[in-house]
Amino acid sequence: MLHIVNKSPAERNALESCLRVVQEGGAILLIEDAVYAATRGNAAENHLRDALSRFKVYALTPDLEARGMGDRVMAGVTTVDYGGFVDLVAEHKNCQSWL
Amino acid sequence: MKFAVTINEGPYQHQASDSAYLFCRAALEKGHEIRRVFFYNDGVNNASSLTEPPLDDRNIVARWSKLAEEHKLDLVVCVAAALRRGIRDENLASGFRISGLGQLVEAGIEADRLVTFGD
Amino acid sequence: MSEGTVKKFMFVNRKAPYGTIYALESLEVVLITAAFDQDVSLVFMDDGIFQLKKGQQTKGIENKNFSPTYRALDGYDIEKLYVEAEALAARGLTEDDLLVDVTVMSRVELGKLMDEMDVVLSF
Repeated sequence: MLHIVNKSPAERNALESCLRVVQEGGAILLIEDAVYAATRGNAAENHLRDALSRFKVYALTPDLEARGMGDRVMAGVTTVDYGGFVDLVAEHKNCQSWL
Repeated sequence: MKFAVTINEGPYQHQASDSAYLFCRAALEKGHEIRRVFFYNDGVNNASSLTEPPLDDRNIVARWSKLAEEHKLDLVVCVAAALRRGIRDENLASGFRISGLGQLVEAGIEADRLVTFGD
Repeated sequence: MSEGTVKKFMFVNRKAPYGTIYALESLEVVLITAAFDQDVSLVFMDDGIFQLKKGQQTKGIENKNFSPTYRALDGYDIEKLYVEAEALAARGLTEDDLLVDVTVMSRVELGKLMDEMDVVLSF
């Protein structure tokens, strides 16, 4: 299952909630303000690093670049463009947006 | 693959409509079908023909209309949500149609994937 | 075309009522989905649990109290209401504080259930 998160971890608990329920084999895609969670030195970094050992984590490149964070992505996070976003939705049986 | 998309936020205030638009465009470029785009909650404001952004900004409403025309997209605005927010046939942008919530459920049933964009 | 197809729809409610319209408009979709004879599950986690709090009195904010609708879901054959145990405890609430019968589940169980769905909707 693909979990799509669009909130900064400093603003809302969407990523935290998502991480509570995501199952083995699941994938997490960070878009919009959630891309901050995938950057080095952010307060949620350890939280996400822990997740990286269990799930695939993706971040949307255009959203990272728009926010000046394109060069600060944590190791282990895979960056994708909108085409990659589409592929991820297609590859997984279902998806949930953690609004 | 058949996709359906739901948009729950209005234009400009939130990135949801932008993200959804770019997602739809990428899906179409990859040869997927967009079965329906459903506008709900404040998302119905994406259909207002009265929208007039500054010239140096993207025109979110017109962009949807154009994508709908080029790809024969079915852009559906929820009637109950629209009436609540003053969107009606008189100010409905081209390419959109107003219909019931059943259209969202139907899209969920008929599409292979339903993706929600919101706040 | 969609006639006869029954999909598993899950509605994930994570927002409190009244502060925003999401809870109410989500409920409207739930009712329509049931009218399409789909397999409907509702999940309440995070602040979404507050939607089910007993004793809501909305007169003072001049807003419609839609909480009785949750009690009417039964009549639409919507019986799968799940509440995240951890989120319930984190709000100082117990099952007795909720206005409708629910199944309290751990987050792991909820995650498994979510994985099995065809369509997951969140507002």
